[in-house]
Amino acid sequence: MKVGVVTFPGSLDDVDAQRAVVIGGHEAVALWHGDHDLRGVDAVILPGGFSYGDYLRCGAISRFSPVMAEVIEAAGRGMPVLGICNGFQILCESHLLPGALIRNDHRKFVCRDQRLRIENNRTPWTSSYDEGAEITVVLKNGEGGFVADADTLDRLEGEGRVVARYLDVNPNGSMRDIAGIANDRGNVVGLMPHPEHAVESLTGAGTDGLGFFTGLVEAAFA
Amino acid sequence: MPKPEILDPQGKAVLGALPRLGFQGVTDVRQGKRFELEFDGDVDDAVLAEVEKMAETLLSNPVIENYVVRVEETA
Repeated sequence: MKVGVVTFPGSLDDVDAQRAVVIGGHEAVALWHGDHDLRGVDAVILPGGFSYGDYLRCGAISRFSPVMAEVIEAAGRGMPVLGICNGFQILCESHLLPGALIRNDHRKFVCRDQRLRIENNRTPWTSSYDEGAEITVVLKNGEGGFVADADTLDRLEGEGRVVARYLDVNPNGSMRDIAGIANDRGNVVGLMPHPEHAVESLTGAGTDGLGFFTGLVEAAFA
Repeated sequence: MPKPEILDPQGKAVLGALPRLGFQGVTDVRQGKRFELEFDGDVDDAVLAEVEKMAETLLSNPVIENYVVRVEETA
């Protein structure tokens, strides 16, 4: 599959995401924030970083970039979209996912190897994992606290849309230990930790993150 | 402003700093943002409606923030 990775001004993890896509067995296609063009990709990743300098609010300006108009439209048609960290923030600002991400409750930037539980393996991004799988990937964020009103949180949990939850410690004050969620259709997933940094044993916290980039094949033929 | 039910870590940091500087009696601090938009001529209802739309679309995130629009005269 052709997996597009969007580069915004201030994106940091676009190259790592492209590399993870290739290691996962797919073709990585670089997409540019200023283009009204998805270049024929089958799926899109919005990578981590500080798009538009995090000005106004994280993801608030990126949401209105030309490429996001295309991503929002494609997501509506069911195209798999994964937002990692800043990408998750952009998806929330775009209203493709509910809730918002606010400054960590302890007010410090956090960078650690984080254990997670995959609670929903029915998305195109998590289908390589067993439900309940416990994985360790890198977490690094300053504004990673997931918040939503109680009704939204109940709905997310009730509909099985919590994709991943923090284990051991809650690193950023996210409500109900939520690390990642999906839209109601399951094709759009937002995740605060960084699986793209855990795809090679040489670097990072192991290779537990690779599954996010290998599952798309199964989705394509599902 | 962040909605009352949303944790405001920046406000908490300021609340913690005040007594360290000897300022007493503050029981809570919430930190928000202020945008100053300038227009030529009078701000009529149509302009105000546009500003409301700007506030809701871009300037604030209604999921976590409330906003108030106010008109001020400039010299």
